[in-house]
Amino acid sequence: MSKLTPVLSANWDEKDSFTIEGYKRNGGYKAVTKALAMEPDAVIQVIKDSGLRGRGGAGFPTGSKWGFIPQGDNKEHYLVVNADESEPGTCKDMPLLLANPHVLIEGIIIGSYAIRANHAFIYLRGEVVHVYRRVQQAIEDAYKAGLLGKNIGGKGFDLELTLHAGAGAYICGEETALLDSLEGFRGQPRLRPPFPAIAGLYAKPTVVNNVESIASVPSIINNGIEWFQAMGTEKSKGFTLYSLSGHVNNPGQFEAPLGITLRELLELAGGIRSGHKLKFWTPGGSSTPMFTDQHLDIALDYEGVSAAGSMLGTKALQIFDETTCVVRAALRWSEFYKHESCGKCTPCREGTWWLVQALHDLEDGKGTEADLTKLLDLCDNIAGRSFCALADGAVAPIMSSLKYFRDEYLEHQRNGGCPFDPIASTVFKTVGA
Amino acid sequence: MEFTSDQIKIMDSIIARYPRSRSAIMPLLHYVQAIDGYITPRGIEKISEKLDISTAEVTAVSTFYTQYRSEPAGEYHVGVCINTLCAVMGGDAIYDSLTDHLGIKNHETTKDGKVSIERIECNAACDYAPVVMVNWEFYDNQTPQSVKDLVDGARAGNPPAPTRGPKTLRTWKQNSEVLAGLNDGLANEGISAGEASLLGLKISKGGK
Repeated sequence: MSKLTPVLSANWDEKDSFTIEGYKRNGGYKAVTKALAMEPDAVIQVIKDSGLRGRGGAGFPTGSKWGFIPQGDNKEHYLVVNADESEPGTCKDMPLLLANPHVLIEGIIIGSYAIRANHAFIYLRGEVVHVYRRVQQAIEDAYKAGLLGKNIGGKGFDLELTLHAGAGAYICGEETALLDSLEGFRGQPRLRPPFPAIAGLYAKPTVVNNVESIASVPSIINNGIEWFQAMGTEKSKGFTLYSLSGHVNNPGQFEAPLGITLRELLELAGGIRSGHKLKFWTPGGSSTPMFTDQHLDIALDYEGVSAAGSMLGTKALQIFDETTCVVRAALRWSEFYKHESCGKCTPCREGTWWLVQALHDLEDGKGTEADLTKLLDLCDNIAGRSFCALADGAVAPIMSSLKYFRDEYLEHQRNGGCPFDPIASTVFKTVGA
Repeated sequence: MEFTSDQIKIMDSIIARYPRSRSAIMPLLHYVQAIDGYITPRGIEKISEKLDISTAEVTAVSTFYTQYRSEPAGEYHVGVCINTLCAVMGGDAIYDSLTDHLGIKNHETTKDGKVSIERIECNAACDYAPVVMVNWEFYDNQTPQSVKDLVDGARAGNPPAPTRGPKTLRTWKQNSEVLAGLNDGLANEGISAGEASLLGLKISKGGK
């Protein structure tokens, strides 16, 4: 018996899973009826009691976030869904929206009702046109069905939902940068406090939630707290999407209870690609410090990964086998952070450029042991010294790879260059380039 | 050249989606790319006029985001993912062979105006690595040869269909219009999910 628990992905194998008919056939939009019959505060309480935590990376309790919105303040409230999915390795929200956009819309209706918002937004990364089409069509069909707009379900609740395409800026996945971007500015993070719950979009109380967090809400409303809590671990309740990519025989999406291990997931993915062995992996995207084959049995929940020195993040498990040069990997990720630094904070803006220079030298065999010290010193001066977590993410692959593979960095110097053949790590190694 | 009155009406409808007009700047920039193929001076001036902000402010926003181009894109804009995972799985080899094949470099366009290329960052399809995007449609599990065939087909006016997308690949300008929020009616085309997306579901149902 597999440990898998498909909920969000349960209907993805149906040809019309993305249509309103397909969604309703599988019980879709029943949770809206149930939620609208409850008091908004009672809906917030259910989500609080369920233990649902943010699936976008930080793991903050979703119900608490909703509870922070001041009520009776005579201000507009907003719900903003973060669909900017751009963290390297992360590939769960896009297939979810492609196959089942209505589950997000249903969650948005319930969440907006709970926090008393009458306008919600989906901030979707711009580089996924077909996902945009599916979400846009789903919104139009929900309006036609009376699930969005005025007096939803005859309960006197009004909700407008606007889909907004980003334009290729990783930083807009950071919630305050996202809000600046949605207001029509360059997407740069804000200093907090005030937090979005007090002064978010247009300086009004705002909840920003990840796609998967909001999409998990309808099933909790439908099935109840006990059902949800029967899955997961003590402090990490429920199911979630784990995404395996890289050097495994069968990469893909696996919806499982929180706390499953990489060893179990690898078994489902057919193991490391044949004839090779695991070298390093990220538990939740490139911004989460990497692990090695010593970490196969760590519970992949918020506490388990954190106790082992990394973060659960987006549950984007990028798997690399022994053909992969870890210095090349760290360099390429560093080039990404350099490209994506928004430029607001000096340590990140300048520091990421220095990191790339130092890593280039090391990868080319021109670095020395002293450069490793310099690299760590640079990391110390970048992490924790900027407004947002991009800077912390930028140093994660470097510090963690140095922790586990220091000698491989030095081997580049001894070898006068990278000792790895990049073709050996490709999926088409016999096809050639 | 002025924008047509129909185009102006569409711009007004984009602005009307938001509680505050300035929020419309990003879809308006996508719309300018749908008309002109890139962010043109006339586009910047029109947005500045419509939103009542300076052209410098519009330019500040358009230059922040990678998807807004300062030069025309090809009819088919090919993005090769070179972030770590795709690069390792073959993205670097694909990119090298593609630049050799076309004789152009990053951000350049072929002389016939058909194909432009770009090294792109992670596009949220890592379980289909190596990934190539054309006009921001998914081309999954690519090889150097499949991408050569793809661009040759595109230059001949016959590009293959996206892996997870509409039946026919639309042009850069047409897809920019979608990102501005204009429904092209193609949402129901294409598959619900690719094989990798369905793997866990299949196993849970007892399959392998």
